[in-house]
Amino acid sequence: MRITVKGIAAALAMSTMLAGTAQAELNGNLRIFFNDQNPAPKAAMEGMVERFQAMHPNLKVELTLIDREANKTQIRNYLTANAPDVNGWYAGNRMRPYVSAGLFEDVSDLWAGPMGEELASTKPALTLDGKQWGVPYSYYQWGIYYREDIYAELGLTAAKTWEEEKANCQVILDSGRKCYAIGSRHPWTTGGWFDYLNLRTNGYDFHMQLTAGEVAWTDDRVRAAFGKWRELLDMGAFIDNPTAYDWQEALPFVVNGEATAYLMGNFVVAPLKEAGLTDANLGFYPFPEITPGIPRAEDAPTDTLHIPAQAQNKEAARAFLQYVASAENQTIVNEVLGQLPINANANVGDDKFIQAGFEMLSTAPGGIAQFFDRDTDAEMASAGMEGFQEFMMFPDNLDDILNRLEAVRARVNSR
Amino acid sequence: MSDPTFASKDSRGWWPRNQMRVAPWLFLAPGIAFFAVYVILPIFQSFQISFYRWDGLGEAAPVGFDNYRQLFDDRAFYVSLWNNLKWLLLYLLAIPAGLAIALFLNQQIKGMRLYKALFFFPFVISQVVVGLVFVWFYNPAIGLWNPLIALFGFAPMNVLGNPNTATYGIIAAGLWPQIAYCMILYLTGLNAVDPEQVEAARLDGARGWKMLWYVILPQLRPATFIAIVVTVIGALRSFDMVSVMTRGGPFGQTRVLAYYMFEVSLSEYGFRMGYGAAIAVILFLIMLVYIAFFLWRMWRDERAG
Repeated sequence: MRITVKGIAAALAMSTMLAGTAQAELNGNLRIFFNDQNPAPKAAMEGMVERFQAMHPNLKVELTLIDREANKTQIRNYLTANAPDVNGWYAGNRMRPYVSAGLFEDVSDLWAGPMGEELASTKPALTLDGKQWGVPYSYYQWGIYYREDIYAELGLTAAKTWEEEKANCQVILDSGRKCYAIGSRHPWTTGGWFDYLNLRTNGYDFHMQLTAGEVAWTDDRVRAAFGKWRELLDMGAFIDNPTAYDWQEALPFVVNGEATAYLMGNFVVAPLKEAGLTDANLGFYPFPEITPGIPRAEDAPTDTLHIPAQAQNKEAARAFLQYVASAENQTIVNEVLGQLPINANANVGDDKFIQAGFEMLSTAPGGIAQFFDRDTDAEMASAGMEGFQEFMMFPDNLDDILNRLEAVRARVNSR
Repeated sequence: MSDPTFASKDSRGWWPRNQMRVAPWLFLAPGIAFFAVYVILPIFQSFQISFYRWDGLGEAAPVGFDNYRQLFDDRAFYVSLWNNLKWLLLYLLAIPAGLAIALFLNQQIKGMRLYKALFFFPFVISQVVVGLVFVWFYNPAIGLWNPLIALFGFAPMNVLGNPNTATYGIIAAGLWPQIAYCMILYLTGLNAVDPEQVEAARLDGARGWKMLWYVILPQLRPATFIAIVVTVIGALRSFDMVSVMTRGGPFGQTRVLAYYMFEVSLSEYGFRMGYGAAIAVILFLIMLVYIAFFLWRMWRDERAG
């Protein structure tokens, strides 16, 4: 509500203002809707805006922070009526509804310049129908965060291969602990496991075909990936009752040492450290190899900024996106966020996990996936993660689950 | 000046002549207007949207009965329907439970007001808070539920994470405030019970169950009627509890129609407006059966009275 009122006020202010002639000097208003109110992202965005404002004193930059979850529904309202000049969203198929409805501005012109080369690693993720629809400002790695001290105590080292991973897990189980924490009350966490099992078993290209709906869910290769998952389930590798917890509620298992590892995004580090873990006892390693020889691919969800098609001040918006993409800005912003810059010329923070993530992602020959629910169609994503959740509880239902997912795929494709 | 009601030859203006007939409609007009725009019209819009495929943004494509065909093929729909039925049946337990507590509290004891207030308390707090409290209560790692059943020798349970128990767990949470509501209805009803009839029945030797069944309950009929109405409606629109406690999970086994409709049309992975509207239409038709019965009874009682 607050946002709408603000929006109306801003629109009124705009309409009474004389439109400035096109000049190199930017003026008028630049309204930005950013989709995170958490302390770090808030500080990062405010810093970005402040620096851009200082470069363009005649421009009036106005920043509105929207809650991350609320933005997922509000975006539909503000893109269609009273659009800001820049808004926050996500890369991958998540852009699809707004691109198809003509609500995002085509910014391929920005990517055609030197910016395109500096951001090359995420260009595919921002591309739909051969055009680019936004600019990334940050991304973060997924991988296995584990208790180094417990591994050392048991004489284990981080696994490189699937066999090692399972052997390690058996030792951990024998010591009376569980190998992996997971909270699947909100089933998206299971998407991370499926992504990695499928990427490692069948490779990036197959995974992208599957998430794009080009391969049947009943395909034997999909079953093979689930088979690897089943191996862990049969060992009892995961904590009991994952459906009872959300991802934060599963953190204490790692903190208390009842589970030794957690497959998660890098955002898990902050709450783990707050709960008392340190660089000394918390470690990170990439998800181990399953099928030998497959080029290693990773999940790295990318956070992005876009220009709504109905924006009032697209000239200033483009200038802002260009600044967002610059190496200087990405270095500062990701230092604040504790995440990774996308610009190849930016500097990476010296945090242990950021360094590990940078090392892992910059050497990933296979490709970068966004995340299950950003790569797939929304309906497919929801049905898929629900299926994964069920599979973890009742692995014997696999045939039934896959048939159901295949039916959803057929329906989504028929649209 | 003669009394206006006796004026037979009406030489007055239009307004004084028709005032009596028009005034009620004028008073009702704002209510009718809002009801028409915000309740009646959307019902017809839902019917219309249910014949389209529409993501809420782009063009709506007419698809005929496709949404309904898909719905009747959709296992999640039947799970939701079945859960609605469970809600409906088990929620009715709130009525006898509320009656029992009301009878128990209907005594003249010092401090009774405090006890009544405590029993009524769960109805005062928001459903969302009740849901959260029960989520923590059931939590297998930190909740009180498992230590509690361990006292009776039961193995620990994952109430909300297990598809076989989750719906019952949510209904139990929902019953807590609903029982309080029924209790209040019966407490007010008990105030209106005629003490002379009770006295007469007692002289005739009625006591215990007979007294309750033949003397008290008939006098509580209006309270029972309202209790049934609010409980059935409460069960059919059960949404907030499901949303807070499980979000329809694990794997959609605790969905009810209202929640499924929301999930399909308005949640993060939703925005299938046509399909959501089709679910809404079905839910509306189910409710219509009940509403028709309700209206018919009201009409019959009005005529009898």
